[in-house]
Order: sequence, then structure tokens, then C-alpha cells
Amino acid sequence: MAETALTHPSEGPGRLPGWRGIAADWASDQRAFKNVSWGKAMMWIFLLSDTFIFSCFLLSYMTARMSTTVPWPNPSEVFALNFAGKHIPLILIAIMTFILISSSGTMAMAVNFGYRRDRVRTAALMLVTAAFGATFVGMQAFEWTKLIMEGVRPWGNPWGAPQFGASFFMITGFHGTHVTIGVIFLIAIARKVLRGDFDVERRGFFTSRKGYYEIVEIMGLYWHFVDLVWVFIFALFYLW
Amino acid sequence: MVDIPYDRIADIPPAEVPEVELYHPRSWWTRYVFSQDAKVIAVQYALTASAIGLVALVLSWLMRLQLGFPGTFSFIDANQYLQFITMHGMIMVIYLLTALFLGGFGNYLIPLMVGARDMVFPYVNMLSYWVYLLAVLVLASTFFVPGGPTGAGWTLYPPQAILSGTPGQDWGIILMMSSLILFIIGFTMGGLNYVVTVLQARTRGMTLMRLPLTVWGIFTATVMALLAFPALFVASVMLLLDRLLGTSFFMPSLVEMGQLSKYGGGSPLLFQHLFWFFGHPEVYIVALPAFGIVSDLISTHARKNIFGYRMMVWAIVAIGALSFLVWAHHMYVSGMFPQFGYFFATTTLIIAIPTAIKVYNWVLTLWRGDIHLRVPMLFALGFIITFVNGGLTGLFLGNVVVDVPLSDTMFVVAHFHMVMGVAPIMVVLGAIYHWYPKVTGRMLNDALGKFHFWVTFLGAYLIFFPMHYLGLLGVPRRYFELGDAAFIPPSAHSLNAFISVVALTVGFSQMVFLFNLAWSLFKGEASGGNPWRATTLEWQTPETPPGHGNWGKELPVVYRWAYDYSVPGAGEDFIPQNQPPRATQVVQGAAS
Repeated sequence: MAETALTHPSEGPGRLPGWRGIAADWASDQRAFKNVSWGKAMMWIFLLSDTFIFSCFLLSYMTARMSTTVPWPNPSEVFALNFAGKHIPLILIAIMTFILISSSGTMAMAVNFGYRRDRVRTAALMLVTAAFGATFVGMQAFEWTKLIMEGVRPWGNPWGAPQFGASFFMITGFHGTHVTIGVIFLIAIARKVLRGDFDVERRGFFTSRKGYYEIVEIMGLYWHFVDLVWVFIFALFYLW
Repeated sequence: MVDIPYDRIADIPPAEVPEVELYHPRSWWTRYVFSQDAKVIAVQYALTASAIGLVALVLSWLMRLQLGFPGTFSFIDANQYLQFITMHGMIMVIYLLTALFLGGFGNYLIPLMVGARDMVFPYVNMLSYWVYLLAVLVLASTFFVPGGPTGAGWTLYPPQAILSGTPGQDWGIILMMSSLILFIIGFTMGGLNYVVTVLQARTRGMTLMRLPLTVWGIFTATVMALLAFPALFVASVMLLLDRLLGTSFFMPSLVEMGQLSKYGGGSPLLFQHLFWFFGHPEVYIVALPAFGIVSDLISTHARKNIFGYRMMVWAIVAIGALSFLVWAHHMYVSGMFPQFGYFFATTTLIIAIPTAIKVYNWVLTLWRGDIHLRVPMLFALGFIITFVNGGLTGLFLGNVVVDVPLSDTMFVVAHFHMVMGVAPIMVVLGAIYHWYPKVTGRMLNDALGKFHFWVTFLGAYLIFFPMHYLGLLGVPRRYFELGDAAFIPPSAHSLNAFISVVALTVGFSQMVFLFNLAWSLFKGEASGGNPWRATTLEWQTPETPPGHGNWGKELPVVYRWAYDYSVPGAGEDFIPQNQPPRATQVVQGAAS
């Protein structure tokens, strides 16, 4: 997707510093964001749009939680597990958060090795990232199963406001879908990296466009975004 | 007059981005059906939107038949009337106007006007259309499912939208929500393309401040849509869950058919906030492309540069930003905290400032212009008048104390039909007359066009002006029958009958337009590449209609802004954007 060259003719001594440079770029011809490829610009704008989706979900959940007249189930208790004989609140969610944030680290390393054209390490790190993501989704599935066994339903639960289950399944479901899509794309792109598609500029099956290593970074943008959203869900749903 | 060049003609920098190889179609299917060419996708979008728009037009005839002659037509019952209202509104606002302006005009004009060969991601652009088509088909299918389409009103307010008293409660509402979700997914794919194309794929010399206002309007509207549709997406998902899974996001506990419903604890107001956080920007998503297009029509047909180009650009951007801060003016009577109303009334009235700047600038562009009253110009003038009318009633409704008695009356119907119904449709029609020669290579018939304009313009006024009066009398909207309410005088009933007769006449006169479109495709006068002698890039293509890749071998290079009309000393009364300065200097030298 990174079919645009990354050269900027006004780079070097002639380039204006600071805000004046930004204004000059915006006012110039051809590109508003110099050195930003089409694919990367598109991913950033998509993520901005997606931010609004998650914000609306979270604001709706917070509205429901603040306006409900029945008690809201205590997340520390609901998401506690008996672990090695001890009752630890939020332990599973803490592990999930740790795993997802670790996956951001491996993703960042994959981007780095991608730009060094280190095919094997890039692909391996992307697959590790995908494995972390899949583990996260698996643990989320475990969490869903546990809650469903305990009687939590989208329309009600044994402990209080019915919006608890509704919000939980909707928000974690929507986020989990994002992670799952990310895992699928990570595997697909890792395969392309390993096969050397980006070294020989092999054309995409659907788009018939040449591929570049920058796609790894664009994938990374999406992945870091999904992680960041999780941090907000963690703070606003589980810790509140 | 002193000849002051609008912007300094500087050296054109070299290309920063190497040419991207286009996808070349290999068969009839990939050339005309599964095409990745933005121009073909634009026509597909426009035809699909017009087709579903015609359905909405027929629905409005049925509504007018019922309102004008209540009790006469046994085939319209109260439930159907509500279904007609709902589908008419939803189709017109989203599936016709949004899709036509952004998917239709956006796809056709953006690459041509910024000097690109195509959208940046043609494959995603193609998917966008097919998902949109699927959304339209899902929407249309609701007419054939048991129970019919939903009758919840186009705003789909819960709790009534999913309760059993509302028609279409079985399938209609589910399919409506699914269709909206699909539409938003499809639109996002297209919208990302439009935004990135404008930002990152302009040709050499095409700075942001040389873009034609059409591109500015469509671009800003698309950015807004990418930020506003998420709220509708979330509202649709949550309402769908309420309906299908029995969650209670929006549903309070209430008694349904004598029984306590399974719902409880949800907030209907939350839906209204989400809906209008989308819904109000949506008004400007439709209006801003219209603003942009009409600026270009006026400038071209008045042979004069647009007055205050920079102000026009900043007004578009300011309107776009402000429109995210006004949504609750649709909710003054909803039961929200009353003092919020004063905040939203203030922001609403502030929007009048950039809007008024635009109107003044259009009028000042006309001032002492060389006005050619051709059909696109007639529609553009019709737009200005209609928009001012609709905008003024918006000032009434934006004030809390004036809005409260006028809420849910025909006054509101008259207001929004004037400002976001008739006015944008005027621009759509004007734009079709203007760009049809570029799309087909043939002119639309002028006599039929003028007839079409006068019937549509005068008819629209005969339809919607009396509605203001009905609204002031207190005639409510969305009522199947008015009955014998004491406050409604008999003259109001005759006025309703009059409106219906005019509405049907105007509706049928659109068939003249459709005939014109079809007839001119084969029999129209050949237009040549630039029949209006316009400056913008789309008129300078080597072929008309533009071929695959738009520009032949070399991309155009832009040397000037889009509005060099009637430049003193120039040989012609227009200088195309891609004409190098040297050529004009020679002409200027010869003239002096």
C-alpha cells in the first residue's frame, strides 16, 4: 500500500522549522503531510474515525452506569479468580492487559526489523504478536464463559443493573472483534513478509498493487490503537 | 480595475510522488461492473441513489395524497402512512443525498479537480459502492418482509421504535438498523479514499488554497461524516441489541400492551444524543458539498471570480467544526436538562455567522457579474433564495422559547425541507446540468431544462411556503389525519389539498428531467470538452468523457487558483488552472 515515495524536495537546509514548516507543508501543493504515504494517512484517519466509535460506546456505557438506579456490580469482585488458593481481584484482566501490552512491544520490534528488511525476524515477531493477540482473545472467551456460567446475560445478571452485562458483552465483544481482525491480518502479512513479497514487490491478490515493508508499520498502527483502546476499557470498565 | 493576481505564481516544485500504476480492466465486467475507476463508481453511486430516491419520491406522493384528501384513499392506512414517512425521510437524507453528494459527485469530481488519475485506493473504493448497494437492497427489502418497513419515524426514537405498537416491529426495524450499519461501513471505505485523495494526491501546483470550492465542500463534509457516522453506528448497534437480545440500553421499564415489558433502566435520551450527534452534522454533510458546488456554478456562469475565496474556505471549515456543537437543538422538548438548551441555542445562532458570510459572498460574486442564465445558473440562484429562506426559519427554531411551541408542527417540516431538502436538491440538479456534458459528452436539452427548473422552483415554494403557515396554526407533523380539531380552520384543509396537488405536479414534472437525461444521452448536442468555458481542471481533460487515468500521458500542472474569470487584459474571459503564466503574459502584453 505504500506506493508513494518518501522523498521531500524541500527537505534539508531550505525546510522551515517548527510551526512555520507545518504551515508551509499544509499550504503547499501535492501533499499536506509530507513523507506520509497514502496507506499510512488512510490508517490514521480510519483510526480517528474508529476512536469516535469506541468513544461513543464508552460514553454510552458510562451514561448507563451513572444513571442506573439499581446497584452496579462490583467489577473487582465479578472479575476475581481463585488463583493458587488465593482470591485475587481482577487477576485475569491484569494478565490479559499485560499480554496485550507485551504484544505492542513485539509489534514495535517487528516494525523495526521490517525496515531493516530482516524477513525472518519480522515475520517471527509478527507471529508472536498474533499469538499474544490470540491468547488475549482466548482469555476473553474464558472470561465470557465464566460470566455466562455465573448467570450474566445481556439482559440481566444476578448482582444488579442489567446494563452491566449488556455493556460488558458489547464493548469487550467489539474490542475482541478488532483484536481478532488484527490477528488475521498479522498472520496474512507475516506470510507475505516470509515469502519475500515486499522484496520482489509482488502485487496484491485483490488490489494488484505492489507491496512494501511499510505495510508492517501500518499494521502496527492498527495494533497499537487496539491496545490503547483496551487501556481505556480497562480503566473505565474494570477499574472504575 | 487594477490587475492584481490573486496569488503569486511561484515556481512549480517537482513531483514528490512517482506515478502509481493503475489497475487496467481486462474485461467488460471489470470495466463497467466491478470497475475500480472512480468515474464509473461515481455513476454507479449516482444511479443507485437516484433509483432509491425515486422510491422515496413516490412515497411522498402517497403521503401527500393522504394528507390532502384524508379518507379518500382506502389503500393507505395509518400504519402505512407512518412507514411512508419513515422510509421517505431515511432514504432522502442518507441513501440519496449523502450517497449522491459524496459517493456520486465526490467520486467523479475529486480526482478530476485535484488532478489525480484516480482515487488513492481504487479497490477499496469499489468495495465501498458494493457495500452501499447491499445497504440499499437491505433497505428496499423491508417493503417485502412481513410487517413491512419500520414506521418509527426517520429518527427511529426508542422506546417506540422497537415496541409492538409500531409498524415494522418484526423485521422492518432490524433490517433498517442492519442497512444503516452496512451503509456506514461502505461509506467509511469511500470516505477514507476521498479524504486521502484530497490531502495526499493532488497534482503539482495544486495547493490547498487553489482547490475549487467544490472539493473543499466535499472534503470537509467527508471528514465530518467520518466523525459523525460513528455515533449513528453505535446507536444502531445498541438499538439492534435492544431489539434482538433484549438489552436495555435505550429502553426504560414500561408497560407494553397492558404488560410490564422485559426492559428496564435504559435511557431513551441517550439514543437521541447519539442520533443527533450524527444527525446535525449530517445536515451539513449534505449542505457543505452543496455550498461548494454552488460556489463554482455561480462563479462559472457569472464569469467572475468567487468573492472572498479564503473566507469561503474558512467558512466551510468553521461550519463543519461548529456543527458538532449544536446537536441538542433538536432536543429542546425532549426532557433533557433545560438549561442545556441555552448553550445549544447560542452555538446554533453562531453558525449563522459563517453561513451568512457564504450567502453574502455568493451575492457579491453575482454583483456586476456577466450573468449567463443557463440552466445550472438558474438552479444555483434558486438554491441561494431557498437556502436563505430555510436558514431564516432555522433562526426561529434555534431559539428555545420560539422552538417549544413550533416543535413537531408543520413549521419544522417546512423548515428542513427548504433548507436541506429543496436547497441541496436544487444544487444536485444544477450540478447534473453542469457536469452532464463532462460525463457523457453531450449537453442536456435547454428548453426541457428551463421548464424543469421553473416548475421545480416555483412548485417547491407553493408546496413548502404554505406549510409554514400551517405550522404556525399548530398543525402537527406525522399525523395520519387531522380530524376535526377546533384550532385547525377549514381553510387549512383546503390548503393541504392545494399542497398535495402541487406536490404531485412537481413530482411528475421530474419525469421530464429523467426523459431529458435519457434522451440527451443519445440525441443531445455534442458538448466538446469545455462547454461552459470553465477554469477548473476537470474541463481540461484531453478526452471527454475523460478516459481511464483521466489525463493521458502527463498529469496537469496547476499554475493558478480556480477562479480566473474575466481577468483584465487576458485574451479570453477565463484562464484554465493549468495554463502557464507565460502564455497569459504574452496575451496581456499584446493587449497592452
